[in-house]
Amino acid sequence: MRLLRRRFHWIAGLLILFVWLAAGIAAQRGGNRGGAAPATPGVGNPTATFPAQQRPPGDPAMIARGNGLYEANCRLCHGADLRGGDQGGPNLLRSAVVLADQSGELIGPVVLNGRSNPGIPTMPKFTLPAEDVRAIAEYLHSVAATMQGQGGPPRGTPAVLNVVVGDAAAGQAYFAKNCSGCHSVTGDLAGIGARNTNPMLLQNAWLGGQAGGGGRAGGATNPVMVTVTPPSGPKVEGRLGRIDDFLVIVNLEDGSSRSFRRNGDVPKVELRDPRDAHRKLLPTYTDKDIHDVTAYLVTLK
Amino acid sequence: MMLRRFVLICVLVIAPALLGAQVQGGLDPATLVKPLGNTWPTYSGDYTGRRFSSLKQADRNTVKNLTLAWVGKVTAGSPTGRGANIIVGGVGTGEFGAGGGVTIKGSILMVDDHLYVTSPDNVWMLDARDGHEIWHYYWKTRGSTHIANRGVGIWHNYLYFETPDDYLVSLDARTGIERWHVEIADFNQQYFSTMAPIVVDNHLLVGTGNDIDSPGFLQSFDPETGNLQWKFYTVPMNLGDPGLDTWPNLEAARHGGGQVWVPGSYDPETKLYIFGTGNPTPGYTGQGRPGDNLFTCSLIAVNVDTGKMAWYFQTSVHDTHDWDSAQTPILIDATIDGRPRKLVSTAARNGYFFTLDRITGAHIITSKYGSTSNWARETRPNGVVEPDPGKEATVPGSLVSPIEGGVTNWPPPAYSPDTGLFYVQEHNGFNMVYLTDPDPRGSMGLGGKQVSQLGSLGNYLTAIDPKTGQIAWRHEYSGGGGGGLLATAGGLVFSGDGSGNFVAHDSSNGKPLWHTRIGNLSNAPQTYMLDGQQHVLAAVGDTIYDFVMY
Repeated sequence: MRLLRRRFHWIAGLLILFVWLAAGIAAQRGGNRGGAAPATPGVGNPTATFPAQQRPPGDPAMIARGNGLYEANCRLCHGADLRGGDQGGPNLLRSAVVLADQSGELIGPVVLNGRSNPGIPTMPKFTLPAEDVRAIAEYLHSVAATMQGQGGPPRGTPAVLNVVVGDAAAGQAYFAKNCSGCHSVTGDLAGIGARNTNPMLLQNAWLGGQAGGGGRAGGATNPVMVTVTPPSGPKVEGRLGRIDDFLVIVNLEDGSSRSFRRNGDVPKVELRDPRDAHRKLLPTYTDKDIHDVTAYLVTLK
Repeated sequence: MMLRRFVLICVLVIAPALLGAQVQGGLDPATLVKPLGNTWPTYSGDYTGRRFSSLKQADRNTVKNLTLAWVGKVTAGSPTGRGANIIVGGVGTGEFGAGGGVTIKGSILMVDDHLYVTSPDNVWMLDARDGHEIWHYYWKTRGSTHIANRGVGIWHNYLYFETPDDYLVSLDARTGIERWHVEIADFNQQYFSTMAPIVVDNHLLVGTGNDIDSPGFLQSFDPETGNLQWKFYTVPMNLGDPGLDTWPNLEAARHGGGQVWVPGSYDPETKLYIFGTGNPTPGYTGQGRPGDNLFTCSLIAVNVDTGKMAWYFQTSVHDTHDWDSAQTPILIDATIDGRPRKLVSTAARNGYFFTLDRITGAHIITSKYGSTSNWARETRPNGVVEPDPGKEATVPGSLVSPIEGGVTNWPPPAYSPDTGLFYVQEHNGFNMVYLTDPDPRGSMGLGGKQVSQLGSLGNYLTAIDPKTGQIAWRHEYSGGGGGGLLATAGGLVFSGDGSGNFVAHDSSNGKPLWHTRIGNLSNAPQTYMLDGQQHVLAAVGDTIYDFVMY
């Protein structure tokens, strides 16, 4: 349930990102319908979300045999990962037949009789003994049980993907024109490419204003500062506790805090958010700008 | 002539009398066509989707007297049971999600001085006068995605609600005792059901959700028996079905998604139920489903008696960002170019606003209301917005606004016929979206991508003129808004501000007139009249706050 954004917490966001990567989770739960998937595939777990994950684990020997039979008979059309193959066989992991099958009673007739459905290449008959069909079914279920939440496929081996596709020279030029007013590659950004070995994290960090040691705005990890000027009495300055239409809370240096009722423009409130500058840049980037700057920053070892 | 008159008398007098003998009292579905006032008898209050109440004890001058009447907290059931008044149903063990906290994310119906409140697997009847619990029905689930429940439907003395494990359950509205339950979708195919059933005449309109590439559909059930009347698929299921040419093949279409998980609106004059459909699947990896992918992310008008589609308009073509167009559309009557028009408007999750002729589906207005939305190229001559393929998930990352949750989402918008303005909560966030599964077949479900949130350029309560699509005003929230909206004839728009305040705004300019800090709203505010006093309520998690005018 992340659809209703509150204030974005940069540090928390980065921490979460690290945790994701550490856990090897490729698919974030997005949108409004998430929030209930198991963190780990719940194979054989009665409290898992759906039947494919709830069923008890099958006999490993039978699954192994089914795997071999699948490779020999099914893989060409349905793919090594069951997600469909070059010969046009459908994805079995989202197949209503496979998902409803318990132990081959629905998969079996399709294997033995073949299938002819509109829009899909005709599946031939396979002459296989019943125990082979059962083994294939067990194998299919064992793979389906490892599907991720929100319909994501089994993790498999993550593809090795290169995020650094930009033109470093163009990135350098972009940096000189747009970034060097606040940042310096020999100052706050010195060695940034060495400090951030994951280019995707580096890219996310600089886009969020988190990469450098501060820049002119003083660094994104620095707090939002606020100055409140009441109609009478002295200015009050400190870290922003909270602000809405009705109240502003100032956390003072001595550990105390003060709150002020707001009524339109009274009292005068000035905010200094170190992340503002980067936030305002977001609508101005092209994807090429972003990839070029990242390609440049990774060279700053 | 005499015969005709006799038949007419039979139809008008005798038939309702027979019907009345069968099911007495409760909510007569005919009252649902009336403007929203004393009660709140269906998801949006009435069929128009406006969430505009004719109540005006609380107005721009008096709303300052709106005062807390009561606070009511609900507690979910568990397999071990709880309390004396809990009624237990269900076909599972209830182990999944046992002991979980409650978040009320649906409409609370108010009928006959009672409130009907839901969360996944739970329905409560509360006394509208003081919020005390009268009964609690708990459904022991088989599992599934327990993300939300959007509320009950009511027909005479019968209640209806959907369960996460895909049952439609009917209860006696007075006692909470179960009448029947029917399975409405295949649990094996990982459907999960959250929608509030919508009662239209003798139809019970029911939608479901799904993330694993199963086809979306809207169904109509007989409210008396639970028998299926018709089933309308939102994607082509057979050769020759309309829209199939917008998919690479039938197999892709049949796994194309387009779920129906938020209630629509209903026009009694045309008998058209108009609703939005969800994203195509696989969600973020569109490479395996080139084409417009009809009828996902569309507004669809279906005749309630036949289940046949009268018209459609796609509000997000070939979506690759999980931007469902499931938002509740609003029926609006307005004059455009000197001509009175019957309109339907929707503010889509992708940041674009559309107004159509609701009789024909003819396009009238396309405008951008999500001020930073950056995914579109040009607008086609028919008003459909062309997506920029460069803004799909890419391996080196694509900078996309809005975020995956959208500029808006299920929290309902509102419309005031007094101001002529359409109100919606607007969120302008940016994501980097990385493609992690570049397989040409596409991924599955919502897999195959990684998303990093970069920040927001502002959240607003936004007022749009539906005749022009122009923004009338924006009121900025330092928090994110949330829950949804209520407009009233008192010249007010009620909203949560995302900073923990429940706020009454001036509907003409957005100025806050009243607020109370109860926490962030988890559903849309609602209003009703009881004992001559106007009440306004909203939920924060498991707690309902009910305010009253003295």
